[in-house]
Amino acid sequence: MSAIALPARSARRIGPTGVVMLLLLPIALVNAVGFLWPVVNLLRMSFKETQATGALIDTVSTATWATVLSDSFTLDLIANSVGVSLFITLLTLVASYPIALYLHRSTGLWRTILLVLVIAPLLTSAVVRTYGWIAILSSQGLIANALLFLGITPPRLMFNLTGVVIGLTEILMPYMILALLSGFGRLDPRFEEAALTLGATPWKTFWRVVVPLTAPGMALGCLLCFVLAISSFVTPKLLSGGRVFLLATEIYDQAIVTLNWPVAATLSMIVLVLFGAALALYTRALRRIA
Amino acid sequence: MDERPISPALKASALVMFIFLLAPLLVVLPISFSGDAYMAFPPSSWSVKWYGAIFADKQMTAAFSVSIALALVVTVLSLLIGLPAAYALVRLKPPGAEALGSLFTAPLLLPTIVLGLAILLVFAPLGLLGTFQGLVAAHLIVTLPYAVRVLSTALATLPIPVEEAASTLGAPPLTVFFRVTLPMMRSGMVSTAALCFLVSFDEVVLSLFMTGPRISTLPVAMYHHVEQQADPMVAALSVLLVFLTLAVVVIVDRTAGLAKTFVK
Repeated sequence: MSAIALPARSARRIGPTGVVMLLLLPIALVNAVGFLWPVVNLLRMSFKETQATGALIDTVSTATWATVLSDSFTLDLIANSVGVSLFITLLTLVASYPIALYLHRSTGLWRTILLVLVIAPLLTSAVVRTYGWIAILSSQGLIANALLFLGITPPRLMFNLTGVVIGLTEILMPYMILALLSGFGRLDPRFEEAALTLGATPWKTFWRVVVPLTAPGMALGCLLCFVLAISSFVTPKLLSGGRVFLLATEIYDQAIVTLNWPVAATLSMIVLVLFGAALALYTRALRRIA
Repeated sequence: MDERPISPALKASALVMFIFLLAPLLVVLPISFSGDAYMAFPPSSWSVKWYGAIFADKQMTAAFSVSIALALVVTVLSLLIGLPAAYALVRLKPPGAEALGSLFTAPLLLPTIVLGLAILLVFAPLGLLGTFQGLVAAHLIVTLPYAVRVLSTALATLPIPVEEAASTLGAPPLTVFFRVTLPMMRSGMVSTAALCFLVSFDEVVLSLFMTGPRISTLPVAMYHHVEQQADPMVAALSVLLVFLTLAVVVIVDRTAGLAKTFVK
């Protein structure tokens, strides 16, 4: 009996649950070591302290949180980051909407080509696209030279907030366009035709029919872009030349330059809290729209 | 789809916004052929010297090799780890499969700056900073969610009767998987591989935390180069990268369909 069962024994012994566990073991390991443990450790780090000498003290205290939340620099940093990210989100929405609507209404090969043009920047490194913006915005760049040619003194477009806003808006546009497109399925052209037939002007039709129907897509795009804007690092750093202070750039500086890990961890936790707030707002907005 | 005429106002505004969206990619090409010693647009003279400069730059070529090797290793590992996971979640449906799926894609929800810091704090005491293994581990955390998601979709859309037919005819489960399921998943595998390769090859924030003086990836080397001097060499490099990306996209499009991969 046992001799006959032998060939299948090993497979039978682990059983279906064993097979599942075996198949999931590698990814579970990567997830545990590279995600769960680091995140728990990050939370833990925010409750440690640093000495004046910079040495890490292994305690459990709210001292770092208290310092960060009472420091006017960090409070300004948080307020600035939220404000700038909201402004960029709004600009991205305004810039992306025409493209998304146009894409939604075009068909066939043309639509495919346009879609590739939207996705292409997404597949290009943020460093490359930011470099492109430096070529356009710098004092030797496209806009400055064009304005000089026309006899106009060019304004400063880089190494300040203007550059960061322009660059990030463009960087985030593909995400917004794809989010908008995913929500445009609800936009039945017959509703628009009905409004137009009943005597509404195209402008009124747009505001009263098209915009409300596409609101869920807009909400999703705004959530995505806000979250990406507040955590973006490469574009703000390169386009501001380190002159604009935002949460993400400060986290990196605290972690790599100042080596104050508890402060970096605390700022990271604040970013996550802002994420949660954005998500809660989105859920509420979606409930009101739908 | 009905052919509703598109108003001229929409056409015009879409055109303007398309120009804005593509502007940074469009200016890079002419600048890469600049003959100037510094970046200026338009360039005052033309040459291909900056393409030559890339290959003369030891740091850039080393970083490029690291990036290619890294992306290849990460892609292979993502498939090897992601495929069993996707199979277990989609086909064997263990209790809590949905929760596990969310857990495995959760790293994507975390901003890379936070994830990068979190990984740095854990990897630093382990001596993994500035090592190839450390980079592989860090990249896997962001490529695996994509791998699991795309492979799960591919698995879920396969016609199960074909597999059932194979097992009814006496093929053992492993044979069914390797001879029937896997060949049918070819396009899903190609999409996954391309996506993982591009995510790893373009990844910059996590790599910035993980690299050091000893080892650097191409995006990180480019980032540090731009930080110091935005000369036309970066433009030449960018053009090469855009063509590399294009090549990968064409491969995906030929085998899987681009629209299907990125827009559902």
